[in-house]
Amino acid sequence: MEYSNYLYLAVLLFCVGAATVLLRRNAIIVFMGIELMLNAANLAFVTFSRMHGDITGQVVAFFVMTVAAAEVVVGLAIIVSIYRSRRTVSVDDVSLLKN
Amino acid sequence: MINAAWLLIAIPLASAALLLLAGRKADTWGHWLGVFASAASFILGAGLLLALLGRDAGDRVHDVHLFDWITAGDLVLHAGLRVDPLSVTFVLLVTFVGSLIHLYSVAYMSHDTDRRRFFAYLNLFVAAMLILVLADSYLLLFVGWEGVGLASYLLIGFWNHVPTYATAAKKAFIMNRVADVGMIVALGALFSVFGALDFASIETSAATGGASEGMMTLIGLMLLVAACGKSAQFPLQAWLGDAMAGPTPVSALIHAATMVTAGVYLIVRSGPIYDQAPMALLAVAIIGAITLLFGAIVGCAKDDIKKALAASTMSQIGYMMLAAGLGPIGYAFAIFHLITHGFFKAGMFLGAGSVMHGMNDDVDMRRFGGLSRYMKITWITFGFGWLAILGVPPFSGFWSKDKIIEAAFSAGHGEGWQPWVFGMVALFGAGLTAFYMSRLFFMTFHGKARWNSTGADGQPERHPHESPVLMVVPMVVLAAGSAFLGLILAAGGRFATWLEPSTGHAEHHDPVLPIPVIIAATLIVVAVGVVIAWRQYVLAQVPAIPPVGSPLTRAARRDLYQDDVNEAVFMRPGQYATRALVYADKKALDNSITGAAGLLGLLGLGLRRLQNGYVRTYAAFILIGLVALLVAAAVLWN
Repeated sequence: MEYSNYLYLAVLLFCVGAATVLLRRNAIIVFMGIELMLNAANLAFVTFSRMHGDITGQVVAFFVMTVAAAEVVVGLAIIVSIYRSRRTVSVDDVSLLKN
Repeated sequence: MINAAWLLIAIPLASAALLLLAGRKADTWGHWLGVFASAASFILGAGLLLALLGRDAGDRVHDVHLFDWITAGDLVLHAGLRVDPLSVTFVLLVTFVGSLIHLYSVAYMSHDTDRRRFFAYLNLFVAAMLILVLADSYLLLFVGWEGVGLASYLLIGFWNHVPTYATAAKKAFIMNRVADVGMIVALGALFSVFGALDFASIETSAATGGASEGMMTLIGLMLLVAACGKSAQFPLQAWLGDAMAGPTPVSALIHAATMVTAGVYLIVRSGPIYDQAPMALLAVAIIGAITLLFGAIVGCAKDDIKKALAASTMSQIGYMMLAAGLGPIGYAFAIFHLITHGFFKAGMFLGAGSVMHGMNDDVDMRRFGGLSRYMKITWITFGFGWLAILGVPPFSGFWSKDKIIEAAFSAGHGEGWQPWVFGMVALFGAGLTAFYMSRLFFMTFHGKARWNSTGADGQPERHPHESPVLMVVPMVVLAAGSAFLGLILAAGGRFATWLEPSTGHAEHHDPVLPIPVIIAATLIVVAVGVVIAWRQYVLAQVPAIPPVGSPLTRAARRDLYQDDVNEAVFMRPGQYATRALVYADKKALDNSITGAAGLLGLLGLGLRRLQNGYVRTYAAFILIGLVALLVAAAVLWN
């Protein structure tokens, strides 16, 4: 199997994730987009690790997963507290810090 | 005893600090502390005199090392005191006259709520003046020099709630700073030439020809500029008349007896330098001669009793400068006249203060007259001072001023134009002095009373009376000094011999005229001056409103246009220059800076639009930025 296919998939996943972040208003969905981008990066890491026969890339992928898990905790907590105070999870409604 | 000389300075300085820091708590006893500090300094000074008198002439110059002041690598400047006949003479003058004036001020300032502050400043002045005269180097002398300038400023502006008085204080301060530039240049030049600033090393280096004559002339002229400012000599004389804004004891102590004579002290102290710079010495004599006439002419026209006395002070210091400018033959006479002048002029200023005290602080002599009946002691003590300044034998002024006139007639080794010009100026000045001092004396104490004791005609009511005993006693003591001090010191050339270790030995030159002729001519000129004044101000009616007078009188009333000249030459061009600079600053500099700031502000306004608060926009920016970076990196990589 060609390694490049994995890389194409990673690029595709990243673009889907980025598009989700840029285009969707629901904070939860935006969050999922971020997760998608992180996992695209993970996929690229693992692929390159296999290509070069170097285990470092896989180690970094584990780090990314750990950080992503922590980030989910913090991020979801923020979303919940925004929802509690403002009754909305739309990122466009939370625009007080401007100009 | 000599090693304890620092106490002389420390006592009044500590007293000044205490009086300033203690605040209102010291109001009840502060003035007595001031008197005590000054008197203690006088007693120590007398001790120094006795210590020096007990030694041989060759052993009368002592340099007392106090501490290393500035230490930087190889450069070490010491702070030390020089105790020698010259400095001890000054110490005694300053502390003795100073103590008497302190005593006088206790009564004179008794109604002033700020009397304690006044005494603090007086003590500060005494301390600074003692630093000035006791310093063993030009550097420490400069400290005292500035100290007396500060004290003078504080005391002229003592009643600084009156705007004109505050302006007078500023004027004195600023004109003295102009002169200080000369002092600083002289200090720098001395240091660059000799590598030291203490009198002892400069004396030895200068005597062995350690510097070129041109350099010495420069130093001499710069020291002269400094002396001109402090001693109110032409062309830096304009501040002295306005300085009379201060309380009268201040005028007596600072602007007559002591501080204004510091310039003469500086010249005499710098004798070793002037020995190598005959041109600079000639300049000193010329400045002295000009000021002598200048002050005398101004004094003839002033109606304000204190300003007339101030003009007289200027003129008398002109005499001292003239004497100092004659070189070693004149140094001792300059100091001698300085001492006797310190007594009789301080006495007359205190007399003027006493008159003002009795006349509700009026100073216009045209509203005095006939006061001799009401203020007998003031009249007699003032009369002693008057006779002394006239140079009537055997009063003090005769012994000192006549010597100066004699010395002037033997200027320039008694050859060429100098003895005639300086001699005639000094002689003519004696006549003018006789006229204006008699005018002052007669207008105040004789003739018809021109004041009003009933309050009729809308004139203020006046009840002249003798001053309290605390004011009278100093006047009596100073009058005694005016009468006898000259005789005591002049007898057998005692004073000149005493000063010789400091001023150097002078070779005697015969005047161009025989001495009896000079004395006779002086007395005749003085008599003529007195008679003219008698005719004009006793026999004739003195108009209460000054007559228009001749152009010279009008000029003299305006101090020979000294302020107008200063304003036209320095002040107005200076103002124009500052205004132009302010305009340029506002228009060019400020505008360019505010313009740049405005531009950045506009830019900021534009940039602010980008911060729209939508998280997704920010994310898009990040993405675009990242992609741009990657593209740039890829392009650069290849």
